[in-house]
Amino acid sequence: MITTLIRYFNLICLTLLVLVLLSFSLAFFFPGDSAVNLLGAAQIADQPLLSQAVNQSNVLVQFWYYVQALFNGQWGVSFATGKPLYEDIMQLFPATLELSLYAVTLALVFGIPLGFVSGLQYRKKIDHAFMSSSMVMYSFPVFWLALILILLVSLQAQWLPMSGRLSLLYDIPHATGFILVDIALSDIANKQYAFHDAISHLILPTLSVSFIAFAVFLRSTRRSVVDVVSTEYIKSAQTRGLTASNIFFKHILRNALLPVLPLLAVQISTLVTNVMIVETIFSWPGIGDWLIQAIYERDYPAIRTGIMLVAMIVVVFTLSLECLSQLIDPTRDRFAYARR
Amino acid sequence: MSLIGIASLLIQRVRSVILACVVLGSIAACSPSNNPINTESGASSAPNGVIYCSESNPTYFNPQLDTSSTTSDASAHQIYSRLLDFNQTTGRIEPALASSWLVSEDGLTYTFQLRRDVQFHNTDFFTPSRNFNADDVIFSFERWLDPQHPFHKVNGGNYPYFSSINLPSTIASIERINGYRVEISLYKPDSSFLANLATDFAVILSAQYGDYLTIMDQPQNIDFYPIGTGPYRFDTYRKNQFIRYLPHENYWRKSVLADQLIFDITPSSSIRFAKLITGECDSIAYPSQTEINIMQANPEIIVQEKAGLNIGFWAFNASKPPFDQADVRRALALAIDKNSILDAVYFNSASRARSLIPPSSWAFNSDIKELNYNPVLARELLAQADIPDGFKMTIWAMPVVRSYNPDAQRMALLIKNYLAAVGVNATIVTYDWHTFREKLSQGEHDSVLIGWSADNGDPDNFYRPLLSCDAIPSGTNRAMWCNQEFDALVNAAIRISDEDQRALLYAKANKLIAQEIPIYPIAHANRYQVKNHKIQGLIINPFGSIRFENVVKNDTLTTPTTTDTSASQQP
Repeated sequence: MITTLIRYFNLICLTLLVLVLLSFSLAFFFPGDSAVNLLGAAQIADQPLLSQAVNQSNVLVQFWYYVQALFNGQWGVSFATGKPLYEDIMQLFPATLELSLYAVTLALVFGIPLGFVSGLQYRKKIDHAFMSSSMVMYSFPVFWLALILILLVSLQAQWLPMSGRLSLLYDIPHATGFILVDIALSDIANKQYAFHDAISHLILPTLSVSFIAFAVFLRSTRRSVVDVVSTEYIKSAQTRGLTASNIFFKHILRNALLPVLPLLAVQISTLVTNVMIVETIFSWPGIGDWLIQAIYERDYPAIRTGIMLVAMIVVVFTLSLECLSQLIDPTRDRFAYARR
Repeated sequence: MSLIGIASLLIQRVRSVILACVVLGSIAACSPSNNPINTESGASSAPNGVIYCSESNPTYFNPQLDTSSTTSDASAHQIYSRLLDFNQTTGRIEPALASSWLVSEDGLTYTFQLRRDVQFHNTDFFTPSRNFNADDVIFSFERWLDPQHPFHKVNGGNYPYFSSINLPSTIASIERINGYRVEISLYKPDSSFLANLATDFAVILSAQYGDYLTIMDQPQNIDFYPIGTGPYRFDTYRKNQFIRYLPHENYWRKSVLADQLIFDITPSSSIRFAKLITGECDSIAYPSQTEINIMQANPEIIVQEKAGLNIGFWAFNASKPPFDQADVRRALALAIDKNSILDAVYFNSASRARSLIPPSSWAFNSDIKELNYNPVLARELLAQADIPDGFKMTIWAMPVVRSYNPDAQRMALLIKNYLAAVGVNATIVTYDWHTFREKLSQGEHDSVLIGWSADNGDPDNFYRPLLSCDAIPSGTNRAMWCNQEFDALVNAAIRISDEDQRALLYAKANKLIAQEIPIYPIAHANRYQVKNHKIQGLIINPFGSIRFENVVKNDTLTTPTTTDTSASQQP
């Protein structure tokens, strides 16, 4: 177990180092002066480490200072706004996290139980219905789905708003960045209206993101349930005369859930991509919308930092989940087969 | 940078898909629909306010520094007041911060009596300790007038509007007579001077705030954290996201103000349109022509239209024979059918032009004789002028889209066909916009399809740049037409302050143009403004940027009414 932990820790550190190196080299690949690409301005007074990095003649020393600057939150300033990137990102990041969190929760809460239902009803009517509908859901391109939702729910029925996190009429101070928490913490009058408004803004983006994830979770849970049900030990449990609920909770549930966790890890990069697309379409003020805007405005420091951050998130989450799934189920350790 | 290229391509894709969806959706959504979310949040305890979806970020919060409409929309009439204002319906100049004014006999000295009890904004970044007085006027004017002024160089030191009309070299001095009286002297009489003071750009800043920022060593903040005397005070600005204004409680005009005014910055035109439909925007900037018809069919959206202060015309190069003969010009003008051009090029978004100036101007006179489509007479006139059958000429069509001429190429094609019917063989010429204007200034064209948008409500802004002799070298007189009688009329008109007397002179000028036809006026493009039916008090301001004074959202209106005639103005 400790070797697994150490191995994954090393893997994460190395991958992150490569990412930082790549982001550092981006400053040299982008057109224009590399120093300006790194800083975002000719000089910045309150980011000494990053400014020092620029002043070094040796690239390796530059890189060393760059890594230190990253750790100290000195990420340079944006070309477009002239504001420190660290502040910008810290303000936007919770919005993205909030959206992803709700979407994943929704997909898990509905996807996994329905996957069990489908797997236990293998090749029956319910199973076929779930499989075909999830196939349709899985085939939806996320931007198309988002646009269709806007078209039907926002424009035609006018039930829900189509952009932003909250109506601009509400002036909620930024505390945690999670809009629902911020509303709860704020001292505005009539909070219930603000909550109502925030939730009505949340529904469509969350649905769009969770749609595909839901289909994936449903299908993979079902597959794994089907696999477990057809194993010998379930058959022997049945011949031993155990009750159905006993078999399900003692034997099927845990064994079927084990392979689902690593699948979650694989889904993270897809999820992040989908969140970014959805943010752009719904003008959700998160990191994805911001990054695409930065690409549009050729804001090189922002592109550099944004890409690095998104890649880091994907790497850290994917590897941690993989590590976790191996800790829970050591038989999945693909490097340990020789010792067995 | 292929990655970036792909990404921006993707964004464009998504945008065009949104547009398609929006168009489809709104056609389908024309039937009135109930709106449970909005009616519920529209209850008395939810916050109220007006949301305007603007198209981009203002460069400064000070229109002195920038002529772009984004900047003046966000600041000119919201944050600031001027000495004088244009009346939004009549276009006449009316008192604002100056309660009255006197013009000396020789037209050289203007004395302004200032309003008392005008308070500046009280915000978290500045608390004024005194009311508006003559020092503020002098501070605001000298900022752009005097290169030695401590604030002249702050934030660039360019004052594009004032330099374009050469105002700094017209003003000899500006002096404080007492705390509430200011005297401005000019080098030469200029009757458009008052109109210039009423434009969006002649705003009044706070001198006390200027002093405060000098002490704090942050002079640049004057244009980013603005203090003015206008109806709304600045609260928050987030780039690419929104601008929030709060009402100025002690606004001197005591107008009705919304609880808050928000500019929701939405660059994509189709998304602005979609947000208008969903009710997330109460009004939007630059509604596109293709969307107007869909909006007109939606009962919750009110489309307002008004002839704009612009003119699209066909100019003949009067410096080149045979176009130096008035009869030839008249013949060519008679050969074309203006109405069908209006239908085919402007799609009913313009009104037929009878003279240089639009009907909304006080100098417009309705008794001008207009030429009607008459190819037979055109042929006769051409024959009299010894123009042979198959005579060759060029029509220059401008390469860019302007409201006064949305499709010059198409218009040129139509005119070419009309000319062919009277035996004139026309070729269409175009270049890129820069080269096009350069070659026009050199007079290489026979005729050109172009136009003009005025900066202020003064008729001089049409006559002088378009047709005076001086405007030939400066490159705005596309007809290359120089007529001493016309110049004398225009020069006489600008020396008189009385509008009725000036109108008489301009009537003579109009008559002269109708006789000589150096340019053939075609259309005044309409200005459009769209708004939610719950918004009251928002009218088209033909003399500058949008005004949110007196604009409120009435949430009690749940069903669209058709009786709101005061809001929709037909030209």
